[in-house]
Amino acid sequence: MSESLLRVHDLRTYFYTESGVARSVDGVSFDIAPGETVGLVGESGCGKSVTALSLLRLIRPPGRIEAGSEITFDGKNLATIDEKSMREIRGARISMVFQEPMTALNPVFTVGDQIAEVVRIHGAGSKREAWDRAVKMLETVGIPAPAQRANEYPHQLSGGMRQRVVIAMALIMNPALVIADEPTTALDVTIQAQILELLADLQKQFGTSILLITHDLGVVAESVSRVIVMYGGEVVEEAPVRELFAAAHHPYTEGLLGAMPQVGQERERLATIPGSVPPPTAWPTGCRFHDRCPYAWDRCAAEHPPLYQIGNGHVSRCHLADEPQRRAEKHEPLVVMASGEAGLTRGARAS
Amino acid sequence: MRRSLVARLWQSLIVVAVVTTISFFIVHAAPGDPFAYDNPLITPAVRAQLRAQYAYDKPIGEQFARYVGNVARGHLGYSVTRQQYVSVALAEAIPRTLALTGLALGLSLVLGVAVGVTQAARRGGWFDRVSSGTLLVLYSLPDFWGALMALLIFAQLWRLFPAGGMVEEAVHDYLAPWPAFVDRLRHLALPVASFTLMTVAGIARYQRAAMLEVLPADFVRTARAKGVPEHDIIWRHALRTALTPMITLLGVLFPALLGGALFIEKVFQWPGMGWLAANAILSRDYDLVTATVIVGSVMVIIGNLLADLLQAAVDPRVRG
Repeated sequence: MSESLLRVHDLRTYFYTESGVARSVDGVSFDIAPGETVGLVGESGCGKSVTALSLLRLIRPPGRIEAGSEITFDGKNLATIDEKSMREIRGARISMVFQEPMTALNPVFTVGDQIAEVVRIHGAGSKREAWDRAVKMLETVGIPAPAQRANEYPHQLSGGMRQRVVIAMALIMNPALVIADEPTTALDVTIQAQILELLADLQKQFGTSILLITHDLGVVAESVSRVIVMYGGEVVEEAPVRELFAAAHHPYTEGLLGAMPQVGQERERLATIPGSVPPPTAWPTGCRFHDRCPYAWDRCAAEHPPLYQIGNGHVSRCHLADEPQRRAEKHEPLVVMASGEAGLTRGARAS
Repeated sequence: MRRSLVARLWQSLIVVAVVTTISFFIVHAAPGDPFAYDNPLITPAVRAQLRAQYAYDKPIGEQFARYVGNVARGHLGYSVTRQQYVSVALAEAIPRTLALTGLALGLSLVLGVAVGVTQAARRGGWFDRVSSGTLLVLYSLPDFWGALMALLIFAQLWRLFPAGGMVEEAVHDYLAPWPAFVDRLRHLALPVASFTLMTVAGIARYQRAAMLEVLPADFVRTARAKGVPEHDIIWRHALRTALTPMITLLGVLFPALLGGALFIEKVFQWPGMGWLAANAILSRDYDLVTATVIVGSVMVIIGNLLADLLQAAVDPRVRG
């Protein structure tokens, strides 16, 4: 992909905490093409949000983007350019939609002011013009009576409306890339669908690339063309969305898919992946997923798997690519409920 | 809003009544009375006659009833030591105190907010550490000590500023407008400076804490993601939100300021309310003491009301 819009190569973002160095993002690489929507998926703590913040260099101390990390955009390495150039990119060329529309907006400024501010700081118009553009943008994101709403404060709007405001703020400069970090997580289900639809519409209208970060594979299935799965600060699988759902390779991705509720399936309980993401200060040696993996064998604890090529545009960080016969040797039930209750076994699910 | 305002007025009235009652009885319970001063020339008979003249020989209950009746009709009483109506003495003193405390408050607010915000913006940096240490020392000093030291160093040792009073009594009236203004400023300098040092530390500490609470907020990150320069992040996005708790502090600080005025005005001979009250207490000038307490409590109530209104002006969520 020579014409990629954003190319991330070996991104490492470490946090120097009192309990050790947290390698939250540890050698992540991916590309985003112009106009493409890419999903970045994983559990809490897998490093997806830190990846997002790293792209805009919004990591605060004690966090740091390590030397050697490359975030190539507009022919520049965002990991190393000066702060002023970085500021010119933030909000104008790459913008961000955050998870919590409740807290992402400043409570003491009107929403119109907060949207218009983006135009003002990027020198794209006078105060008056900025305000007019903000009102127009509010209309574009589907807020009724935008001229009046622009004068209201965030607490006067509903959660869905606030997220629309955040999206208006992200899109007003017509950026090349929008990073949406769990944009629907904090919203009601009906509003979630509306917001996703809005993002898709706006993408068509503006030709923006979107990096959609979520833990919800359902959201991904509906909205993206390519999925990157993260685990333990690394990319563990990357595939076109159809292929990922049809033929996921990495056991972690399998686990995520198994944890998705499906209509019409008679199951009392959803499958879960046992254990939780280990702390980023102490990733397991070898494969970082091996202690939660139903296929793990001795090689997995000893040898850190590379990204194996599985198919066209499909890579997976799992030794199963090397020794596919091992997929037959599944271990004990995947699910062990903490309370001692018998959960559903993966074997039962598969049959 | 109007309804709560009416309720507050009633509350305020009760507060003033309680404060008046308590201060009345405390002053009267203190040993001595306005005519107990040490002067061998005044015979016990004369003292008794003076007491009778001011009705201070009547039972305390009767005196109280009479006092309350007077206050209710707007008469704050008569100052024995100053030989003038209390209202006249207060009318003269209140603007002087307001000028002094107003200047000091304004100065310490600007300074305190600036220092607190700068500290929070570079938390743990050299400025934060040096200024935090300095402020802690200032904060720990007793109110009067700083004033006395200022007096000793700048008025006695180096003679840079006058030791007290509002103007140079002997010459002020004959000065041209500009030198007269400078004369006033020179007399204001030490009391305002010591007053400011007394309050600035608390304000700065509070502002720093409020900022540190706001800076990690999501909306600050949103502002950064929009490309807002760091300066505007701190002084526009974060400070606007972090000012709200400061206004609450102002309401609390106001009574402390009036208390501080007592020391500062006494030390620098600034003839305001604090000076009046301090002298009145020492000479057991009953009516004057009680009246300054009443006026003080009314000022505190007004101050709190203003703080609430200001809060509504700054924070749209309070406005509702």
